[in-house]
Amino acid sequence: MTYEQLYTWAGSYGLLFLFILFLVSVAYALWPSNKTKFDSAAQQPLQDDDLGQ
Amino acid sequence: MAQALNLADFQREPGAKVACLVVAVLLSVFALYVVSETYSATMQLHMYLIMAFCYAAAFWLMTRSNEKPAQVNADGTPNYNEAVVRYGVAASTIWGVVGFIAGLYIALQLAFPALNLDLPFTTFGRVRPLHTSAVIFAFGGNVLLAASFYVVQRTCRARLAGDIAPWFVFWGYQLFIVLAATGYLFGVTQSKEYAEPEWYVDLWLTAVWVTYLLVFLATLWKRSAPHIYVANWFFLAFIITIAMLHVGNNLAIPVSLTCPQSVIVWAGVQEAMIQLWYGHNAVGFFLTAGFLAIMYYFIPKQANRPVYSYRLSIIHFWSLIFLYIWAGPHHLHFTALPDWAQTLGMTFSIMLWMPSWGGLMTLSGAWDKLRTDPVLRMMFVSVAFYGMSTFEGPVMSIKAVNSLSHYTDWTIGHVHSGALGWVGYISFGALYCLVPMLWRTPLYSKRLVEWHFWISTIGIVLYMVAMWFAGITQGLMWRAYDALGFLQYSFGETVEVLHPYYLVRAIGGLLFVIGSIIMAYNLYMTARQGRVPAEARSRDVAGDHIGDAGAVPAE
Repeated sequence: MTYEQLYTWAGSYGLLFLFILFLVSVAYALWPSNKTKFDSAAQQPLQDDDLGQ
Repeated sequence: MAQALNLADFQREPGAKVACLVVAVLLSVFALYVVSETYSATMQLHMYLIMAFCYAAAFWLMTRSNEKPAQVNADGTPNYNEAVVRYGVAASTIWGVVGFIAGLYIALQLAFPALNLDLPFTTFGRVRPLHTSAVIFAFGGNVLLAASFYVVQRTCRARLAGDIAPWFVFWGYQLFIVLAATGYLFGVTQSKEYAEPEWYVDLWLTAVWVTYLLVFLATLWKRSAPHIYVANWFFLAFIITIAMLHVGNNLAIPVSLTCPQSVIVWAGVQEAMIQLWYGHNAVGFFLTAGFLAIMYYFIPKQANRPVYSYRLSIIHFWSLIFLYIWAGPHHLHFTALPDWAQTLGMTFSIMLWMPSWGGLMTLSGAWDKLRTDPVLRMMFVSVAFYGMSTFEGPVMSIKAVNSLSHYTDWTIGHVHSGALGWVGYISFGALYCLVPMLWRTPLYSKRLVEWHFWISTIGIVLYMVAMWFAGITQGLMWRAYDALGFLQYSFGETVEVLHPYYLVRAIGGLLFVIGSIIMAYNLYMTARQGRVPAEARSRDVAGDHIGDAGAVPAE
């Protein structure tokens, strides 16, 4: 693979792939049915059974 | 019964211990070989240090109980490994004070050059990397080590994986710090910013870091909590990315096995590009991702309320992952680097404006806590500094601004508003949270935290303002031309003008050092008045020998 080929690939399909991956992760964060899971996850630091909290 | 069990354990479990012993012995033999062959006195010193480490490790392994610590306590709560976290807290406090004093010393050298004492070991060029590595890797690194080991256990509801491995990570990392620091002072360095240690120290750090990654992953693997809390995602990104950056940037071939020098596999502008791909992402993933993990655990913890929006924190995470890695070229504006790469670096730097106000919003509805809780206030101010320096940074990466700011003291001011304000304060906050939790006692003195907070804050403000003035003055003087098109000022004239700003900067630094000493005293007194809960050692906690195994249910 030449430098030009790599450069073209990274600037087109590579970029598209990463961008779609990013959109998927945002969709995961905003997906309505994940809300309960995230709400309980947000409580994780506050539940220390042995520190009196 | 207990005795029989111990014997059975010894027969079943010596594998890992024996393997570690063999490695320690082999490494010490190799070190001895290098000592006898090398021409470099510094490399000899380093090999003696490695030998001492191996012998201490061997002694520790041989005298260590074969019984594995219990995974859970008698009351069913996980038997957290807090000892290694306590060591991390102590190490970071000590290294922090050392690193800040080193910074003060070189700040004074810039104001009064005679302070370099005319010795090679104390010149600015050698003490400066000592300062940067001491504050970033020794202070910050130990804070991250301690906090990550604490947070991953607590949020996963599981004991830290491994028995020997976490201790190797801690002590191996301290040895790395000592090897790096002595190397700088005695002149063994590959001259790459924030990656100064030579090849054999790099290899040592690689071994430590990979073990760190494995301990962290294995703890996540055996978690009993269903979801991996977002702080752990940031910690994991920090550990993996630093491993990748460290290995990528240090691909060098040693001149020989007994020579401290090495040759990098690429040269010229490629090396510059890779160096700042490393350098900028070390800022992004060491000083940002790692400390954001601390923020996402300790601010909710101290405020006693969940993070404002967990969803925002996930989006924050992925934005950082996708954007940060591209920003490095902004350190190479107007150099031989191709123009498109410079523009790419600038564009992605500007996109880093995507803010992270989730940390601040966690406090909405509890703003009064800022008045009553100085620890929380410290962490809050640190997030404000984070917002400010991640605003300033992208502005400086714009080529037009960069043509004025680059190579001036403005950059130093920017770095320190991030380092002192963001990294420093979130670390102090984490230490003030961790020590009471680890020693099961309230803080020794909240008043002293107030003193620390205000003295350091005045120090940071003095530092930043002095560097803004100095940087812009410098930048304008360098680009001033007279009517005939000649440079208006000689370099010496620009240096002379900066003297008062350097004095103010040194005063700011002194205040920051005083603050950190107050903190060290406060944390020491807190630990002294506290108590260390005993760790359960036995493997079968449900068995009838709990009492004599020393399992003490924590309160």
